[in-house]
Amino acid sequence: MKMKAIVTVTLKPSILDPQGEAVAHALQNMGVKGVQSVRIGKHIELEIEGGEEKALRAKLEEISRELLSNPVMENFHLDLRAGG
Amino acid sequence: MRFAVIQFPGSNCDQDCVHALQVLGQEARLVWHQETKIDPEEGVILPGGFSYGDYLRCGAIARFSPIMPAVKAAAGRGQVVVGICNGFQILCEAGLLPGALTRNEGLHFRCEKAYLRVETPASRFTSHYVTGETLTIPIAHGEGCYRASPEILQELEAQQRVLFRYCNAEGQVVPEANPNGSSHNIAGICNAGRNVLGMMPHPERCCEAEMGGTDGRGILLGAAGIGRKI
Repeated sequence: MKMKAIVTVTLKPSILDPQGEAVAHALQNMGVKGVQSVRIGKHIELEIEGGEEKALRAKLEEISRELLSNPVMENFHLDLRAGG
Repeated sequence: MRFAVIQFPGSNCDQDCVHALQVLGQEARLVWHQETKIDPEEGVILPGGFSYGDYLRCGAIARFSPIMPAVKAAAGRGQVVVGICNGFQILCEAGLLPGALTRNEGLHFRCEKAYLRVETPASRFTSHYVTGETLTIPIAHGEGCYRASPEILQELEAQQRVLFRYCNAEGQVVPEANPNGSSHNIAGICNAGRNVLGMMPHPERCCEAEMGGTDGRGILLGAAGIGRKI
């Protein structure tokens, strides 16, 4: 069965996000009011041949920790669902 | 001494490093990232550039290149490993140095001369200098903002592993002299064994008077194990 994993990588709250700040500034210039802050992250989709879910999830967490994110400055969230 | 200058797809300071080392009387050979061997008596340079187009994160993909296990083994044996700019980012991603390099605080790519304060001569890389000496060395990066946990920063300071800090022309380490927002104005650090150096500025770009300065000579000569001539 085909599975889809969606990994969302975000900067840790303690890490300054100058890109997000620049976008927040542009929103102000657009005249948008009420936006408190903007943080920019990454959305990564993986299509995988499914297997036993627990093992698959463990493997995906390893991938996310070792390559897709840098634990020094980023957190990740893993969403595993059926379908391609 | 002979150096292996590693070429990743997207490296662009590899030839400059080879040239600078040769100008300084050292041997240098280019080593393609698909190779897997580094000789036990060689030094290793991870040059600047944009390995793998900086995809995902700077240095994240280069870390998994076939040559990297040999680089790690060389570092573990106490051989000299120098990461310059993108090379510094790769060393952090590979876990050979602590911390990470993130987007410059001001978002700009900074390509200019930077003043560096030498924090300690107690490493082969800084043995040509005295504490507090001010060097002028070019920088060229968009993601050179050094970040690490408070515990790591404390450890780096306590062990005198911060070798270079951004300073002003008078040698004062002040926030205005920090081009990228790095914690503690950090421009270069070494590992606990003091044989692995990572720095964002480019010493290979200032080893000849024709290049506008020679302040980088001592760093590369020191890496080669050549002491200061008195």
